[in-house]
Amino acid sequence: MVKFRIEKAPAPLWIKPLIPLIAIIVTFLVTSILVVMANANPLEAYYYFLLSPLSNRVSALETLVKATPLLLTGASVTIAFASGYWNIGAEGQLYAGAIAAAGLGMVLGNFPPILAIPIMLIGGFAAGMLWASIPALLKVKLAVDEVVTTLLLNSVILFIVSFLLNGPWRDPVSGWPQSPQIVDSAQLPRLISRSRLHLGFLVAIIMILIVWFILTRTSLGLKMRAVGHGQEAARFMGVNVGQTMLTAALISGGIAGLAGVTEVAGIHFHLIDAISPGFGYSGIIAATLGALNPLGVGLAAMFIGLIDTGAQTVSRSLGVPVYLGNVVQATLLLVTLGMFLLQNYRIRRD
Amino acid sequence: MNAIEMKSITKRFGPLVANDHIDFDLQKGEIHALLGENGAGKTTLMRILYGLYHADSGQILVDGSPVHITSPKDAIGWGIGMVSQHFTLVSPLTVAENVVLGYNKGYIYRPQEVIQNVTKAANQFGIDVEPSAIIRHLSVGERQRVEILKALYHNAKVLIMDEPTAVLVPQEVDILFQTLERLRKDGLSVIFISHKLYEVMTICDRITVLRDGKKIGTVLKNDTSERELARMMVGRETFGVYRQGEQKAGNPLLRIENITAVDKKGLTALKNVSLNVYEGEVLGIAGVSGNGQSELTQVLSGTLKPASGKIFIGDKEITNASPSEITRAGVGRIPEDRHAGVVGELTVAENLALESIEKFTRRSTLDKRLILKNAEQLISEYQIKARPTDPIRTLSGGNMQKVILARALSPEPRVVIASQPTRGLDVGATEYVRTKLLEQRNRGAAVLLLSEDLEEVMSLSDRIAVIYEGQIVGIVPGTEATEEQLGLMMTGARQEVKQHG
Repeated sequence: MVKFRIEKAPAPLWIKPLIPLIAIIVTFLVTSILVVMANANPLEAYYYFLLSPLSNRVSALETLVKATPLLLTGASVTIAFASGYWNIGAEGQLYAGAIAAAGLGMVLGNFPPILAIPIMLIGGFAAGMLWASIPALLKVKLAVDEVVTTLLLNSVILFIVSFLLNGPWRDPVSGWPQSPQIVDSAQLPRLISRSRLHLGFLVAIIMILIVWFILTRTSLGLKMRAVGHGQEAARFMGVNVGQTMLTAALISGGIAGLAGVTEVAGIHFHLIDAISPGFGYSGIIAATLGALNPLGVGLAAMFIGLIDTGAQTVSRSLGVPVYLGNVVQATLLLVTLGMFLLQNYRIRRD
Repeated sequence: MNAIEMKSITKRFGPLVANDHIDFDLQKGEIHALLGENGAGKTTLMRILYGLYHADSGQILVDGSPVHITSPKDAIGWGIGMVSQHFTLVSPLTVAENVVLGYNKGYIYRPQEVIQNVTKAANQFGIDVEPSAIIRHLSVGERQRVEILKALYHNAKVLIMDEPTAVLVPQEVDILFQTLERLRKDGLSVIFISHKLYEVMTICDRITVLRDGKKIGTVLKNDTSERELARMMVGRETFGVYRQGEQKAGNPLLRIENITAVDKKGLTALKNVSLNVYEGEVLGIAGVSGNGQSELTQVLSGTLKPASGKIFIGDKEITNASPSEITRAGVGRIPEDRHAGVVGELTVAENLALESIEKFTRRSTLDKRLILKNAEQLISEYQIKARPTDPIRTLSGGNMQKVILARALSPEPRVVIASQPTRGLDVGATEYVRTKLLEQRNRGAAVLLLSEDLEEVMSLSDRIAVIYEGQIVGIVPGTEATEEQLGLMMTGARQEVKQHG
């Protein structure tokens, strides 16, 4: 009988860039089962999923619109994770930014867009930072596990939003639980006419580039990566571990806050309860799929944007529930994580 | 008939031979010590007996008949129990629950019955524990007794104790010895792993000494002395690097005054340590590992805050200073664990730059060209076999250590703290590191060398301080020290050792 054994051995280097690709293929094979259960043809479904959104101008641009908040939350999670700070709170920090955007958007009527928009962005960034500072300080000062605190604070801020929308900020015009519409000068201008693609997309691309620059080209970034990969060694080499982690956590929160601004000021123009269908969590998927390389994370965010858009097309064309998109995203994360782990092993014949 | 016989056991880990054809036998009703320094192969041999490792070759006999032990479950089935240094107890559960855990037959759990059974067992074996107490509330000594009771409850006839006194305070050691003594009278056989001579001489009947994976011999307690055991434990092959020339008398560059420090577990690891290291000398610190060397290194490296005491570099006080302040004060540090001194995922060049990052930064942006140039220069100067852009985890141990050496020594520090600088290195790399350390001494630096390798300490040091249980128990001039004398001091031999200032 032929016997096999599993041993620890690093994968050859050429396989690393292929991991996301293989993960995508495996994910589609696995999720095909669900498509079949929904009485649709998997090949047809994946045509609508991946190719049809790119086949016409409107839905191609819509993919970029969907990708905008994901680029930001992806960048946010990347800088935190690269520094060994497990920020699961991009979702909540996004809402903090959205609250700031809605609030500022109500009072900036007298400012021209050239002033109002930077104020919106800075305000959203600051709000995200502020919200992120609670778990970050708890982590750095008292060693409270950030995974727990960042995650729990996500629900806390949802209640704050609910309070605002059902109380002081309830829209007097419609009476719906949404904040009053933000003033025109605070709205992000469209980049391309007859589409929803707005300035936020550009902001998102710039943030991806900034995160890339920080991590690879600055001394702060080197310290962050040192802390992320080896806290003890980093401390030995004189890196102030707490300060570095705090900086990463605050920048991460700020960038996630920007995602709240782009959604309020670029898409909805109101603060609503459901401003994010889980962009913060999808950002974790993008960051993982991109292996914490900011440029890879950018591509991954675009890809998830494509899945989100595609899920709607599949649902319209084939009657498969739109939640298939979420299942695909989640499966993709699990498969990718599994592959990152399994690449360290090989199976050998005895 | 022997309770246990191990014949010609060999175990390799990669190129390292941890056990080289070791024979070992345990008689019924004896306490048999397995004595040796760290890394001598004691724990490996016992892990093979307990089924945690598999021997590459050799045979195990229980009560005279050959057995195959492939897991702890097998070992327990053959009446072998092991109490390791790290207890395997579930802290929110009670003593009784821990004792029966995994062996409670049937599907229904009856707490009263379990407590009754365990109480009966504790009384029968004369082990003083409260079966209904929660583990979390117990002292370390009590937890150890629970581990012993657990083994006995599962019908252990042979008990392996892996350095049982390492975690205990003296009073608890006395209680442990009384317990073992009583159990031996009831017919239990005990294997007692230790590197402390006086304990071995107090409690054991026979002693087997291992050194560098080989068995040196088995002696009866009544036929031997601490002196002989020390010699068996520490004798070693020698390398070709020796300190030469007399030390130039100079000023103390490193002054350690009454340092007391507490380790991670909250135990006192350093007690009132005072040392001066002078210009142009190597002060070696000899000791069995775990006697405070790690904490002393950490305190001097800025990664552990001392509870009290002061440290000076020249006239500058660096007590409680951060690692970067200490580096800037003129200290080159070679850490005990080289993997804790470099970040594996970062490149060689990045690791060489990080410690003095300000030098490589222009307006918060990294000067990549300067970082690479610095790396290329140090790589050629220190003969490191690597490219500047290789992740450092891909380097061999020797090359990784050269990177650390290059980083620590290239700024020509006034004081060098070298902790286990050649641990795990091959002969070539070892000689290289030792040569570099002596170069530092010869150019006038004060070198503090902490090493478990006695031969290393003896061939490099102008003076040798011995550390035992967190205290400096004596300082001997390098020219006068003998292995035997140091071995006795390192192992806490009770007899008076002549001390030099």
